[in-house]
Amino acid sequence: MNAAYAIVALPLLGFVINLVLGRRLGEPAAGWVGTAAAGGSFIASLVVWVTMLGKPAGERVTDLNIFTWFPVAGLHANAGLQMDPLSITMALFVTGVSTAIHMYSIGYMHRDPGFDRFFVYLNLFLFSMVVLVLADNFLFSFLGWEGVGFCSYGLVGFWFQREVAAVAAKKAFVTNRVGDVGFLLAMFLMFAHFSSLNYSAVLGTVVKGHATGLLTGTPGAIDGTTATAITLLLFLGAIGKSAQIPLYIWLPDAMEGPTPISALIHAATMVTAGVYLMARVAPMLHYAHATSWVVACTGAGTAFLAATIACSQDDIKKALAYSTVSQLGYMFLAIGAGDYVDGIFHMLTHAFFKALLFLAAGAVIHAMANRQDMKQMGGLAKYLPLTALTFAVGWLAISGIPPLAGFWSKDAILSSAWGMNKVLWAIALVTAGLTAYYMSRQFALVFTGQARWKEARPAEVHEASGPGLPAVAHEEAQPRDPTWTMAVPLVVLAIAAVLGGGINFPAWHFNFLSHFLSPIFPAATGATVSTGTKWALSVVTTAVALTGLGLGLTTWRTAAHPKLEPNFLRKAWYFDDIVSATVSGPLTAMANALAFVMDTKVVDGVVNGVATSLGLSGRVLRKLQNGYIRSYALGIGVGLVVVLVYLTFRTGS
Amino acid sequence: MTVPGPWYLVLAAVLFSVGATGLLVRRNILVMYMCIELMLNSVNLTFVTFARMLNDLGGQDSVFFVLVVAAAEVVVGLGIIVAIYRRRSGATADDVSSLKG
Repeated sequence: MNAAYAIVALPLLGFVINLVLGRRLGEPAAGWVGTAAAGGSFIASLVVWVTMLGKPAGERVTDLNIFTWFPVAGLHANAGLQMDPLSITMALFVTGVSTAIHMYSIGYMHRDPGFDRFFVYLNLFLFSMVVLVLADNFLFSFLGWEGVGFCSYGLVGFWFQREVAAVAAKKAFVTNRVGDVGFLLAMFLMFAHFSSLNYSAVLGTVVKGHATGLLTGTPGAIDGTTATAITLLLFLGAIGKSAQIPLYIWLPDAMEGPTPISALIHAATMVTAGVYLMARVAPMLHYAHATSWVVACTGAGTAFLAATIACSQDDIKKALAYSTVSQLGYMFLAIGAGDYVDGIFHMLTHAFFKALLFLAAGAVIHAMANRQDMKQMGGLAKYLPLTALTFAVGWLAISGIPPLAGFWSKDAILSSAWGMNKVLWAIALVTAGLTAYYMSRQFALVFTGQARWKEARPAEVHEASGPGLPAVAHEEAQPRDPTWTMAVPLVVLAIAAVLGGGINFPAWHFNFLSHFLSPIFPAATGATVSTGTKWALSVVTTAVALTGLGLGLTTWRTAAHPKLEPNFLRKAWYFDDIVSATVSGPLTAMANALAFVMDTKVVDGVVNGVATSLGLSGRVLRKLQNGYIRSYALGIGVGLVVVLVYLTFRTGS
Repeated sequence: MTVPGPWYLVLAAVLFSVGATGLLVRRNILVMYMCIELMLNSVNLTFVTFARMLNDLGGQDSVFFVLVVAAAEVVVGLGIIVAIYRRRSGATADDVSSLKG
């Protein structure tokens, strides 16, 4: 089981090498070091996974203690790894997708002055992410949780010379802090109740307590209220990390980072950490029905809201970002519906096709000399055949067209939603149609129709890329498919996006992922949906998806449909403005009041007042110090008389 | 014939008052100094008187302490006075007021 250590150690090694020697290694060696570290980590994950498969289903959980992080009065915080089906599934796709994106970045970050710095962050991110998913206790997971948050900050603001990127990075970081408060409070509460933060201890207690009917009244047991409180607080953390209502606002802005970052961190891996966390505490969530409802409703609401916004975004990456938010909503819907396996399943397939879409978008942006406005693209299929093909795979996969990956997972989630609540199902269904619609719109705008970029002037180029990238005047240079380091990951991910659904193929009792993961999760809560209903639901879903697809493709042959892009959608339901008005506005006013009234008047007033009154009394009292000995002597005499009189009267009474 | 104890006390009180008044009203440092000595010795007289009246040697002990302290004080004080007179002739106590607030 030593390979488990390698999963964590290799990215750390890559990080250290790139940190120390990165500048000397230069381009592209630093990139290959990073890629090798990620690839090695992936191979190690595969080894662990295969070893695990060789064991009986009941014995697949292994706990590896690396070292005691810090022992403090009852809390033994270990840096330990827990190998179980859930964590290894996460580790596999995280390292796998990460390897592809590392490789892609070598081509994408070509000639960027921060090339080595990029891979330092990327390896550190991968290390933090595997720590997050493999840790055997909440605290160590939280280390990874914060680590990925930090790397996200560093990478969103990678081109920090541009103010908008620096601001976006700050926004991502601060918004995540809001959620982290929930995570921290949840940990405090768990420690208060279980005296431990280990997954096995906490979740084991919950399961055991329930099995013996001792949920309440026994020390160490947990009641429904506490379970609800803990899971709700954890969900607050998940909302921040996984960009759900109301904390999703940072994710679209995070698109200011380089495109591989958008693909890896802000689509495939980090943003799914919240889903992973909720899946991890599934045994507890199982007994917190209120939380389940909150999770499901938040998920469905976010899925719908973000999908509507995605329908009218012009920026190729922003549209994908809102799509990510929407798909994350699906995952939470699944988790809330008690269908944890399909939540993870959708996370997997989404990682494939969304990373693919982002990487293809990155290739488009490169070919268009850093232009990101889809309205200024068009007709690119002819010039970028490989990119168009791979993007098309991602587009069909996310739209839920059988037999691509997205269909299987989305279909499973929809049937779970049906089992939980018909309204949630309806929302999810509409969202599925919207998804197909906005992705088709995107495909049509970018790859078909008029080549609008030919008329556009270079001055309108979106400067989302770094200062080091060559500003190729595209009138002279034809848009071209990317180099092989970028092309290979595209193809690999495209294959994964086509076949990825197969890992949980729901026929002939295959359901590999379900069988693999089911020992970890409690049995699904939702009413079981019969096979006939499932078939009917699949047909409906596919029909809706195809309708959306057709509408999107036919409508967006031309770029100008202002009626279909109402302003409130372009402005994302004015959510940012509302937040600014309701949160930032009063906060700014309060800060101003504190800074210019409270501080200057009250605090400074007290300090200055003390000084002034002391000076004043000094000025008065110095008159007594007149330098005449006789007056001092008189003072002594008078004082003596006073004391004597006092003593006399006191003893006299 | 012995003088009764209270007479000594009255004498001591008169001496003390003379010394205190002199200290307050005179400007000459040397005279003020003598007034202090007068006050100290009036206190000594009181001590001795009470020692006799109460038949307690503690009062006489205190007198010795006062004498010793007074002697030491005279040494220091006269030194300061001489130093002052060296710098300025005929100065009164009120002239030495450079430490006033």
